[in-house]
Amino acid sequence: MIGQILFLLILAAAVAFFTRNAGKIRRNIKLGRPLDRSDNPAERWKTMARVALGQSKMVKRPFAALLHVFVYVGFVIINIEVLEILIDGVFGSHRVFSQPLGSLYGLLIGGFEVLALLVLISCLIFLARRNIVRLKRFTGIEMTAWPKGDANYILITEVLLMAAFLTMNAADHKLQLLHFGHYLQAGSFPVSDLLSPLLPADTKALVIIERGCWWFHIIGILVFLNYLPYSKHFHILLAFPNTYYSKLTPKGQFNNMASVTGEVKAMLDPSFVPETAEASRFGAKDVTDLTWKNLMDAYTCTECGRCTSVCPANITGKLLSPRKIMMDTRDRVTEIGNNIDKHGKDHQDGKTLLHDYITAEELWACTTCNACTEACPVNIDPLNIIVEMRRYLVMEESQAPTGLNNMFGNIENNGAPWKYAAADRFNWKPL
Amino acid sequence: MAEMVAEGKTPEILFWVGCAGCFDERAQSITRSICKILQHVGISYAVLGTEESCTGDPAKRAGNEFLFQMQAITNIEILNAYEIKKIVTGCPHCFNTIKNEYPQLGGSYEVIHHTQLIQQLIDEGKLKTEGGESFKGKRITYHDACYLGRGNNVYEAPRSALEILDAELIEMKRCRSNGLCCGAGGAQMFKEPERGNKDVNIERMEDVLQAKADIVASACPFCMTMLRDGVKNKEKEQEIQVLDIAEITAQANGL
Repeated sequence: MIGQILFLLILAAAVAFFTRNAGKIRRNIKLGRPLDRSDNPAERWKTMARVALGQSKMVKRPFAALLHVFVYVGFVIINIEVLEILIDGVFGSHRVFSQPLGSLYGLLIGGFEVLALLVLISCLIFLARRNIVRLKRFTGIEMTAWPKGDANYILITEVLLMAAFLTMNAADHKLQLLHFGHYLQAGSFPVSDLLSPLLPADTKALVIIERGCWWFHIIGILVFLNYLPYSKHFHILLAFPNTYYSKLTPKGQFNNMASVTGEVKAMLDPSFVPETAEASRFGAKDVTDLTWKNLMDAYTCTECGRCTSVCPANITGKLLSPRKIMMDTRDRVTEIGNNIDKHGKDHQDGKTLLHDYITAEELWACTTCNACTEACPVNIDPLNIIVEMRRYLVMEESQAPTGLNNMFGNIENNGAPWKYAAADRFNWKPL
Repeated sequence: MAEMVAEGKTPEILFWVGCAGCFDERAQSITRSICKILQHVGISYAVLGTEESCTGDPAKRAGNEFLFQMQAITNIEILNAYEIKKIVTGCPHCFNTIKNEYPQLGGSYEVIHHTQLIQQLIDEGKLKTEGGESFKGKRITYHDACYLGRGNNVYEAPRSALEILDAELIEMKRCRSNGLCCGAGGAQMFKEPERGNKDVNIERMEDVLQAKADIVASACPFCMTMLRDGVKNKEKEQEIQVLDIAEITAQANGL
């Protein structure tokens, strides 16, 4: 009884705390400017099913994709087991599904165990790739102590959770075979049986191990749940809405700024009266100038670095790293959110995403080649943020590199990016 | 175009030449090849000549939305005045901009890139590879232009123009959706590169060298410039040719 009450208290606290922090992220995302992505639901569901559920963009790197699928499927399927643990915890039952499901239960447990082992092995390989092999993709200027630690904490937690799950099963099965107490015979345990020689024969010790691992496993899961909002691991939730709200137009198509259209039309035709233009700045200086989708992108990023590893600027040693653009955006909007919590809605800290986090040098190195957006497994669009900030640099600060200012001047004066007279346009005429 | 209208004729298609195709000496050869192909298959076409102006692509990618929309709206007025329905472009940047970014501003046309036109002509049996230069035994690799490939999912059209040649087609390790940019896009063409340890076109040229290609086929005048600079930098001018798909097609047909 005490166990049940304790369990309920921990569960309620974990859910409440998670809801509060997830709500903050939701509020932070909504700090972005409006953007209508309600069109084409059928296409959007399909994109989500293909990219998020089906992991279609992971396969470009087959080995990582395979390991990731193990962890992903393991995570989703083993949650059925977590459901049983929750019911057992609330009602004080033990393996409540074993009776109604009968032999199917044994099959399920067997499947969970195999998956748990695959998750465990995958996470160990992932740890090795980061810390022993040191793949280049996991390094870079933005991969400071916290992102590196974050990645390792996630992997270690998953290893521990799976180890506890298997140890729990091993002790449980041993007790079942001894016909001890309420430990009813429930299916086969193909993986955890391998651990049973390591366990004591004493039933008292076995019960302590079984209960200990049970509590460790479920509390671990609840702690992990609450770690998500602080971590890149939040991608497991946001990957779904983020792919649903993907840009559906061709990658090469950039948005036309409606606020500019009105002004340009008025300039070309004095009789044209533009619709009441909203008094906002052109382009983005801070995260609040970006759209909510840019900010959702930022919270969805799991810092895998596929974008940066294919970025021509980054490959050739320039400062630009699309992953850094996303991480900076997320860190800045989180900072603004924290300011709101601490100092109220209108607090200004004098900082901005542009200049304080992202430098003009990074932005000007982009070739707009879309390699980053193509590479992202969850359809994040760093390029849109880069272009929005370029727009601010050019249209608000008039801070473009000399070459570009010359190009602008040429287009304005002779309708070509080079200094050639418009009258000479047809000089190639050969026929 | 103005002349055709004066004569009361309506061309089947407008050929949007683009700044590079007009002014860049090397790219003018691409322009002429496209014209030769159009004439060879008997498609009536027109160009805007001195009425053509920059689509605004480099201004837009560089963040100058004002300048882009000025260009776009002015161009759309001219295109609409001539009641243009169909456009073929000699450059992926013009193609992307007119096809994707003009409709919202009042300019809706059927826009194709010249490699798509060539593919259509091959499919219709109007373009063969006869009477011209043989590419037999040549190793040809195609460099994907970002604004054709990733930008607009045009991967097959340029390749189909090469597949009908009697040549050995090879792919670079980074190709199609994984293709590496030449380094010119996003208005990089018009500015000095940022600090780094290499230029992007040199990185790309190393892919070409690794593929041991005799000919690098491109479909974009800016890629052409970057690739040629790369060839020069590696002192491979004698071994490696950079040719546009339109030039290869024209040569193969003896045009």
